[in-house]
Amino acid sequence: MRFNHTYGPLSADVILQTTNLSKRYRKRWAVRNLNLEVHRGDVFGFLGPNGAGKSTTIRMLLSLIKPTAGDVHLFGRSLHTERNHALKSVGGIVEKPDFYLYLSAYRNLEIVGALNGGTSRERILEVLGLVGLGQRVSDTVKTYSHGMKQRLGIAQALLSDPELVVLDEPTNGLDPQGMKEIRDLIHHLSHDRKKTIFLSSHLLNEVELVANRMAIINKGELVTQGEVKKLLEEGEKYVLLLGKPKKKLLEVLGKQLYATHIREIDDGFEVAMPFDLVPKLNRAMVRNHVEVQAMIPRRSLEDFFLSITENESKA
Amino acid sequence: MIRLIYFELLKTFLKKRTYIGFAIILLIVPLIEVAMKLEGGRFLQATTRSLQQDFFFVGNLFNGWLVSYNMMNSLWVHIPLLVSFVAGDMLAGEATAGTYRLILIRPVSRTRILLSKYVTTVLYTLIFVFFLGALSIGMALPLLGRGDLVVFNRGILILPEADVAWRFIVAYGLAAWMMLTIASLSFFLSSFVENAIGPIVGTMGVLIVSLVVLTIPVELFESIRPYLFMYYTNVWQKVFMDPVPWTAIGNDALVLGGYSAAFLGATWFIFVRKDIVS
Repeated sequence: MRFNHTYGPLSADVILQTTNLSKRYRKRWAVRNLNLEVHRGDVFGFLGPNGAGKSTTIRMLLSLIKPTAGDVHLFGRSLHTERNHALKSVGGIVEKPDFYLYLSAYRNLEIVGALNGGTSRERILEVLGLVGLGQRVSDTVKTYSHGMKQRLGIAQALLSDPELVVLDEPTNGLDPQGMKEIRDLIHHLSHDRKKTIFLSSHLLNEVELVANRMAIINKGELVTQGEVKKLLEEGEKYVLLLGKPKKKLLEVLGKQLYATHIREIDDGFEVAMPFDLVPKLNRAMVRNHVEVQAMIPRRSLEDFFLSITENESKA
Repeated sequence: MIRLIYFELLKTFLKKRTYIGFAIILLIVPLIEVAMKLEGGRFLQATTRSLQQDFFFVGNLFNGWLVSYNMMNSLWVHIPLLVSFVAGDMLAGEATAGTYRLILIRPVSRTRILLSKYVTTVLYTLIFVFFLGALSIGMALPLLGRGDLVVFNRGILILPEADVAWRFIVAYGLAAWMMLTIASLSFFLSSFVENAIGPIVGTMGVLIVSLVVLTIPVELFESIRPYLFMYYTNVWQKVFMDPVPWTAIGNDALVLGGYSAAFLGATWFIFVRKDIVS
């Protein structure tokens, strides 16, 4: 599955656009001809397996790396020719958030603020409060836990009140509670503060939970991009079917015309079929005395992502 | 720009490694000067033994000025090493800490960030060299007394005390100027790597190789010498000549300034193009 895109003039709603963005290291293309569009108000999930080129892309979006070819437009301004203007309304974290460990959180944000053109004390305290670090503003960052540094990373990204927030794997290394807090924060930023979020992650369920649009990248190239809902509709739908006796189960399955691509797995079968026919399949099983243990519709982003990346790898 | 420099200074002077050099000087200078106080007479006697057959030395020749003058010889290797601790960490330290990713994604040009770091390096170097001067002279004069200054430089020169203080002030000014070239070299090397050890070792390597080329009397080396910036780093010593060779000093200072500018220019060329990949 591959989406072809043609780009006309930048729409007012497209606040981030990459045009044939490419980066080559010697003979290897880390990113090649990447065309992305992020609209105002999106929570844009940027997915890809490890080594797919996500971090290289984010580094190019934030001008840490110079593209070999192509360009990035932020709010209609070229990063190549108008870097400082283009980055004015952008905040971000690239990989793990690193700070001056011997300085306090407050001092770190003061430094970031100075680089943004100046930030008031009130604003620094506000963002520290927003990420739940209001009580630790004067502590040196070296005393912070990983989760606290991650939240401080988000605080620095939000300091200049940017319209676009780029978050590179923000839940990396966090425990489930920490991951939930970050997810809630992203939700808050998107819905209550009207921020546009560009979120890269390899935790696909995370993206599925928060993103409305997404792109998948593999081996440096765009595999697909669009609305999460639509892309999920386009993905194949499987039902994971567990029951016994297994032989009888297969026999009944074989008689269902809507059940295509039956694949045996350890404890049962994976069946490609429309989800709205799951009750019908269940009735057929019961009628034929098959003891159904589980029927699990599998249409998650993870399956979709895995199927695409697997296909890409095979290709 | 002022704000950027302010925060660079803040980052630098709140870092412990910045004070390593000051701590070492605070330890070494009193140690040497007290040792000189206790055994220094023998030192002067040994140095002037051959001259004592033909000359009478009158007055306090072993004094604070002489010890302070000798202390300036640390400018060849020891002080550059201490300066490179900070200058070599200016850019590499950001790479080590991962904070390039924090500062280089901001709407401020890399050129401005680089300049604020260079200005900080310059200020640190000036403060450091003048601290050495103030401590060594400020301690030596009360401890060892005052008097004329004996300078051993291709012969013996005795400078009257009234003619000494201004020479030290100018010499330390030139020493600071020379040290800026060395700091600029460290700063330049710092732009290549992700660990401050590299620039420190690199700077010391350049100094040691240069000193070897400058001191070993080989004809091949003589033709190379004028191209080494270390060839001009004895500029501060020329202030203790009589008459003072101002033209030569001006030329040396100009060449050293040229090297500093070249190192800064090369650093800029690398830094603005650098991909931050780790």
